[in-house]
Amino acid sequence: MLASAVKVFSNGQNFLRLLEGLWMTLKLSAAAVSLSLFFGFIVGLLMLSSRKTVRTSTRFYLETIRIVPVLTFLFLFYYLLSRTFKINLESVTVVLLTFTLWGTAEIADLVRGAFTSIPRHQKESGLAVGLTDLQVQLHIIAPQAARRLAPGVVNLVTRMIKTTSLVFFIGIPELVTVSQQVVEVAAYQHNRPAAFWIYGLVFLFYFIVCWPISKISKSLEKRCLY
Amino acid sequence: MSEDSSNILVIKNLNISFGERKVLKDLSFEVAKGEVVVVIGPSGCGKSTLLRCINGLETIESGSILLDGVNIAEGRIPWPLVRQKVGMVFQSYDLFPHKTVMENILMGPVKVQKRKPAEARAEAELLLERVGLLDRRDSHPRQLSGGQKQRVAIVRALCMNPEIMLFDEVTASLDPEMVREVFDVMLELARRGMTMLIVTHEMAFARAVADRVFFIDEGVIVESGPPEAFFAAPRSLRAQKFLNNFKFEDVKTKKTSL
Repeated sequence: MLASAVKVFSNGQNFLRLLEGLWMTLKLSAAAVSLSLFFGFIVGLLMLSSRKTVRTSTRFYLETIRIVPVLTFLFLFYYLLSRTFKINLESVTVVLLTFTLWGTAEIADLVRGAFTSIPRHQKESGLAVGLTDLQVQLHIIAPQAARRLAPGVVNLVTRMIKTTSLVFFIGIPELVTVSQQVVEVAAYQHNRPAAFWIYGLVFLFYFIVCWPISKISKSLEKRCLY
Repeated sequence: MSEDSSNILVIKNLNISFGERKVLKDLSFEVAKGEVVVVIGPSGCGKSTLLRCINGLETIESGSILLDGVNIAEGRIPWPLVRQKVGMVFQSYDLFPHKTVMENILMGPVKVQKRKPAEARAEAELLLERVGLLDRRDSHPRQLSGGQKQRVAIVRALCMNPEIMLFDEVTASLDPEMVREVFDVMLELARRGMTMLIVTHEMAFARAVADRVFFIDEGVIVESGPPEAFFAAPRSLRAQKFLNNFKFEDVKTKKTSL
């Protein structure tokens, strides 16, 4: 049993290729998460705007992203843009575009939620000691919102890492794509069933990456109770 | 300064509406320096709104509010400046949970009044000592009881050296045994000559602390006067009915066999 595992992993640099797949997954996730955080904060603050048109349009954006599966956007940008509009985007660009659109919407909603969850009285008592509106936001509301924001954002990060496996469908060699290739090669060329070991390793990789992040989220949640 | 200079606060023909509903109707009164005025009345009568508009938390429809002879209702003086002179304490304490007791208190003096941290801290410690909470200066609000939080909130307002203090039902969300410690702090303030406008439902306290009592109902001052006279023999029917809410007939002596 174990011997078959060794064979599967050692065959044609399989293990190395899987590691490269993991590296691709991590790169895509890191880029998508950073972009989403940046734009998510901006859109989130726009969602708190006092202007109704701004609130409605950001809301519309959020709901559109939420209603439609991420995969649909992936296909939409990859196939529709190139076929119909003759815009050929690199597959990595398509992935970053899709995941940033999605991540931005989710983070924006988390930011909005965190800010609106701070009781109105906090603002009033800040004003009552003579702080200006800006000072109240900076010293009273934002620090409290940030603490409430942290667990949700960390959760979203793990979700985004896992969801990058969807880019398998447009042929980017990330972890799931590579493992699929390895399994197929093993089955057709060497007539050796490798699915158990390969997907077992994929499971382990995702676990090693996401588990610590999820742990951080838990401890943040605990520390945010006051 | 056309007003009598002994009056810190002069309110004239104050009107406030929430949408269609008129909350305060043509309200006028004065508060002299060092005077303690207690405002009582049924819920929703507009007494909290009255306090909130004195430090700009509600929008005024018409009328004037003169603080030290200056009309603050016109909006020419920025509210952050006005609020440095008007200390306010809320029902739900509203300490900043992410800051320690000392940081809560120093927020106004250091961030707003730009005083030297060391000097402000010394004053804060003096005030905390007075309310018996000096040893809690580095605690976070979550580590304090309701009564302690409210005493810190009072110190936070006092440390700005306000000319008048507004208390909006500050004991309404406290456990009964913690009400006393907060009232003691307020009585001490009254003794030291602080000008105070207090909204409360605690009639015994109102009677003890007030120089004058206002009874407000449906947005107007129905009756005002010294507490002894008001509580012993209210003139208006509405005040009589309101005060009766706080009286309980002794059931035991009247029990009859059924």
